[in-house]
Amino acid sequence: MVITAHAAGKRASGGKLSNPDRLELYYYMRLARECDNAILRLYRQGKIVGGAYTGNGNEATAVGSAYALEKDDYLFPMHRDLGAQLVKGESLRNIFLQQLGRADSLTCGRDGTGHYADPSLRLYGNVSHLGAMIPMAVGVALAVKLRGEKAVVMNYIGDGGSNAGEFHEGLNMAAVMQLPFVLIIENNQFAYSTPVRMQYAAQKLSDRAAGYGIPGFTIDGTNVSLVFETCRKAVDRARRGEGPTLIESVTMRMHGHSASDDAAYVPAGMIDDWRKKDPIDRLEKILLADHVLDEESKKKMESDIAAGIDDAVARAVESGYPSGEDAGEGVYAP
Amino acid sequence: MPPLTYIDAISRGMWEEMERDPSVFLIGEDIGAYGGAFKATKGFFEHFGPKRVIDSVLSESAIIGAATGAAVAGMRPIVEMQFADFVTSGFNQVVTNAAKIHYRWRIPVPMVIRLPTGGYIHGGPYHSASTEAWFAHVPGLKIVAPSNPADAKGLLKSAVRDNNPVLFYEFKYLYRRIKGEVPGTDVTVPIGKGEVRREGGDLTVLTYGSTVHFSLEAAEKLSKADGIETRVVDLRTLLPLDRDLITESVRATGKVLIVHEDTLTGGVGGEIAALIAEHAFQDLDAPVRRLGALDAPVPFAPTLEAAHLPDTEKIVQALRALALY
Repeated sequence: MVITAHAAGKRASGGKLSNPDRLELYYYMRLARECDNAILRLYRQGKIVGGAYTGNGNEATAVGSAYALEKDDYLFPMHRDLGAQLVKGESLRNIFLQQLGRADSLTCGRDGTGHYADPSLRLYGNVSHLGAMIPMAVGVALAVKLRGEKAVVMNYIGDGGSNAGEFHEGLNMAAVMQLPFVLIIENNQFAYSTPVRMQYAAQKLSDRAAGYGIPGFTIDGTNVSLVFETCRKAVDRARRGEGPTLIESVTMRMHGHSASDDAAYVPAGMIDDWRKKDPIDRLEKILLADHVLDEESKKKMESDIAAGIDDAVARAVESGYPSGEDAGEGVYAP
Repeated sequence: MPPLTYIDAISRGMWEEMERDPSVFLIGEDIGAYGGAFKATKGFFEHFGPKRVIDSVLSESAIIGAATGAAVAGMRPIVEMQFADFVTSGFNQVVTNAAKIHYRWRIPVPMVIRLPTGGYIHGGPYHSASTEAWFAHVPGLKIVAPSNPADAKGLLKSAVRDNNPVLFYEFKYLYRRIKGEVPGTDVTVPIGKGEVRREGGDLTVLTYGSTVHFSLEAAEKLSKADGIETRVVDLRTLLPLDRDLITESVRATGKVLIVHEDTLTGGVGGEIAALIAEHAFQDLDAPVRRLGALDAPVPFAPTLEAAHLPDTEKIVQALRALALY
């Protein structure tokens, strides 16, 4: 596909989004959403191992942020950041192997969902204690600085996870040591069932940045161009050795916490209000108006995405579950 | 090389490994120009510089987490916890991240966490705790606990070269109380191997760290006073345990006392006793006995601390009772 070929080249040269860039952002957001939809279908068919977590509503934040990274930069995404993983270059087959708990998955079935690492892409997934990833991601940024490399580490946390102690400890250390680190808070209004007003008393989560002596921004997380531009500035700053940035990207979790959560606690109308700001629809309207996208190429993209996902799922299913015989192997490195 | 104190042996081990491998670096609180609370890193900052001797923020989660991340990225960090007690503030990073990464990701996590541990120093409940049993339950970690300068240096070097997170328990009581010859630059002590410190055919003490010394004293006393000969086994590594040496010692003497300064309930001694029950029951001539600290925090007043912790006399008494069984 023409669009993915662009990924191999220079993205957003000079920090500006070209039309091929915008088309690529659109493609990755659609791809992420269709993967999520496929995961939900597989969940309903009883094929997903464990829970199913989607990033519906979060696509602009995940895709726009990771698009600001270079190939040698490090990505520490969360469970709603499938879009970021795809932008970093993860294959659909690996994504679905993970969801299905198969032997050929990147974790050999040891862990599920986005809890994998792909060092070839400098991509390190989350643990369930999301805040715990922050000090570790900061440690990669420390290694980068100690070795005099130019890479940047991008890490994500939620409105809920931002209240864990490790958020403070990690971000403070990154600030004190001026490490090349960008932390994105995906404020999607709910931490499982708990609304943000019960999670923090600050006006904005980016206000916390002042406490660390670093820049903080709160942005509309449904505007992919804005997410990209804000993150690119933070990434450039980090790469110049000027230290970390905190970005609060405001979105809505359009589904329940997991597929088993009907989200009945979400106030009536809230989902409908946010649907009007759907990140994919927003960009689609602009691209159609700008004649970067037309109905025909859109249909072609949709069918290509569907075929790619079908193929990946089929190939993932071909890999069986791991043999139980080796369940105790790999605890220690040789 | 002249004999070194226990803490100087640790310093020497770190120094040699840093000279040998540029990916080794130190991180911890007050370890830079100040040289650390116990001066284990005295002179390191001046020699190796701020990129390899990192004076960190007071933040155990950040320190251990950052070391884990750096290890994942190919470095070999040595973390200093100021006291083993404070590792509780970084517990999540040890058990949730460091210990599980290789199993999940097949990425090695070569890091050492140094933990100045234990009592007999009037430190009270927050500077004297034994924390090893919490971690002995965590697959993916290794735990070493040397009792003398040579082992301290050799095990430190092995820990640095190991591709897994190693918890290095160093006994504050021994820091400057004991001196000994230490081997040369290339000599390491293997992780997972205990050592017989004293031979004896009647009884066995299985122990580690500070209580190795009290056990040796007790064995001498018992030999002189009662003519009972006690084998003293220094386990040296707590995870993984040296099962062969443990079962062989049971076979050799038939009666076993396990001694540690950690509290008794849920202590490493319980695991050792279970191993013996499973693998050497037929060789026992008496029930396995354990001697540990009281199931209480380590108290502050010297009289209370003495009552709380095992000592030579308590070990002598326990051994006598065992001999009479």
